[in-house]
Amino acid sequence: MEYLRAFFIGGLICLIGQILMDTTKLTPARVLVIFVTTGVILGALGIYGKIVAFGGAGATIPLPGFGYSLAMGVIEEVKNKGLIGAFTGGVKATAGGITAAVVFGYLMAIIFNPKTKK
Amino acid sequence: MAKDVIKEHEYQELVKKTEPKPNLIKNGIGAFVVGGIICTIGQFFLSYFMQKGLKMQDASTITSIIMIFLGAFLTGLGVYDDIGKRAGAGSIVPITGFSNSIVSPAMEFKREGYVFGVGAKMFVIAGPVLVYGITTSVIVGILYYFFGR
Amino acid sequence: MMTKRIGTQTIKFQSPPSIISRASIVGPKEGQGPLKDYFDEILTDDYVGEKSWELAESKIFEKAVDLALKKVNLKPSDINYLFGGDLLNQIISSSFAARSMQIPFFGLYGACSTMAEALSLAAMMIDGGFADYTIAATSSHFSSAERQFRYPLELGNQRTPTSQWTVTGAGATILSKYGNGPYITYVTTGKVVDLGIKDANNMGAAMAPAAADTIINHFRDTGFSPTDYDLVVTGDLGRVGSDLLYEILAREGFDIKDIHMDCGLEIFDESQDIQAGGSGCGCSAVVLNGYLLSEMSKGLFNRIFFMATGALLSTTSTQQGESIPCIAHGVVIERFLN
Repeated sequence: MEYLRAFFIGGLICLIGQILMDTTKLTPARVLVIFVTTGVILGALGIYGKIVAFGGAGATIPLPGFGYSLAMGVIEEVKNKGLIGAFTGGVKATAGGITAAVVFGYLMAIIFNPKTKK
Repeated sequence: MAKDVIKEHEYQELVKKTEPKPNLIKNGIGAFVVGGIICTIGQFFLSYFMQKGLKMQDASTITSIIMIFLGAFLTGLGVYDDIGKRAGAGSIVPITGFSNSIVSPAMEFKREGYVFGVGAKMFVIAGPVLVYGITTSVIVGILYYFFGR
Repeated sequence: MMTKRIGTQTIKFQSPPSIISRASIVGPKEGQGPLKDYFDEILTDDYVGEKSWELAESKIFEKAVDLALKKVNLKPSDINYLFGGDLLNQIISSSFAARSMQIPFFGLYGACSTMAEALSLAAMMIDGGFADYTIAATSSHFSSAERQFRYPLELGNQRTPTSQWTVTGAGATILSKYGNGPYITYVTTGKVVDLGIKDANNMGAAMAPAAADTIINHFRDTGFSPTDYDLVVTGDLGRVGSDLLYEILAREGFDIKDIHMDCGLEIFDESQDIQAGGSGCGCSAVVLNGYLLSEMSKGLFNRIFFMATGALLSTTSTQQGESIPCIAHGVVIERFLN
């Protein structure tokens, strides 16, 4: 059952992104910035947490989910460490993802070459 | 002389009117289905690790890493851009798209060397996501410290 | 001394140079298109055995010039001037090719209008008595253009309906004081025209006003009209740009619909998943040197106005929110002199 919910929520968030890209002059890069920022804000307000509870990976895998992780991380660290947590919490919570991106990016660059589009 | 024949704003109106619009239905379906599938794959890993006893947060982190690897690998194979053609936002918005946006410039600019090419250009597309995401989270943290606790 | 200038931006040649040789080399995708039988060579590998896309493009440029020379038994040392350009920053494709060929070289940047710009200047050198043999050549490569202007090749972005596909190809034309045609008889040089279009994904719309401007001025300067031509050729306006061109020309009373051909629309067909058509310097170059001059020699066309349009933007100017200034250069090519 959770698979169906993940499919639906994930698909819906991507659909919203597609509509933004197709009906406005927003480039994909700007849409992603909007998504991640929205995820941070909705996460902080407790709204995104409810979407995660319902949709699981359907909410955490899309980019607003990354924003949500940043928000949750920051709030957690501020609770534990005070104001300094505002600067450490976000990156701490998303360290795994960011590091993986850097490392795998480098690895794939070593192994593979770009090919012409057909 | 072209400006004597047609005024600037008149021309811009004409362009806007005649510009072909993308096929919203086809693109929407593509985005929904592929986005949904990628998230379902993510759910598979998330459920698996939570069943193994991991907390939601840790399971989520490992799932992200796996999905980032998958996005990176498909980019390396040269397959991710073919998916993206049809999927649009369905392959851009999930974290696999984040991965693709880092791996593709890393691969592309290898020719300019591992320091200035791969190293420097890796975040040329994904950079803004990190800058705006992290900055917003800092603001959230500060606001939470003063007003939220 | 009789003046050769007519009107505001046109030159009428007193001793029109002849096109004595031509060559066109294209990439695999173009080699699957409707004009595939007209090209001299279709590459199987668009890296052409080189280590980078940029070097590959330069190689194609060189090959095109070499082939054109071979066809008429000329050597680089027989050529007085090479006019060439491409889309890459600091036109490295042409410059690196010129390095191997050792011909006195004028590097040009006219974006996708470069073939017409090069032909204009190469022809003027001969009619002006400054040269006996000149070459006009240009190249473009999908991958080198994409990584410079747009996105890394493996990025999963989705193309919009107005976006164009940069052609992988190079074309070279050899002009001579001696020869029996086809001749270049008139050159109309474009002015930079900008009606405020900012969308770098809709180049056709940005370039149409420049194309209209050059056509209108050509007709005004020369007194010719659409009925005097078998074909009015544009480089890469695409479907969108072509329709806009007709609209603007109609306001001046010119109708070229029946004789108009856009190289970007001819080089690929619908099934190749191209949105608004092909583009790039190489587009007009290979269609001219492959298809147009071939059919002209067979008698299908006697008199054509070859006009390539260029969008003179850079990644910096678009990121700074500037609009896209464009230019269109045109030459008249005719089989016979009257």
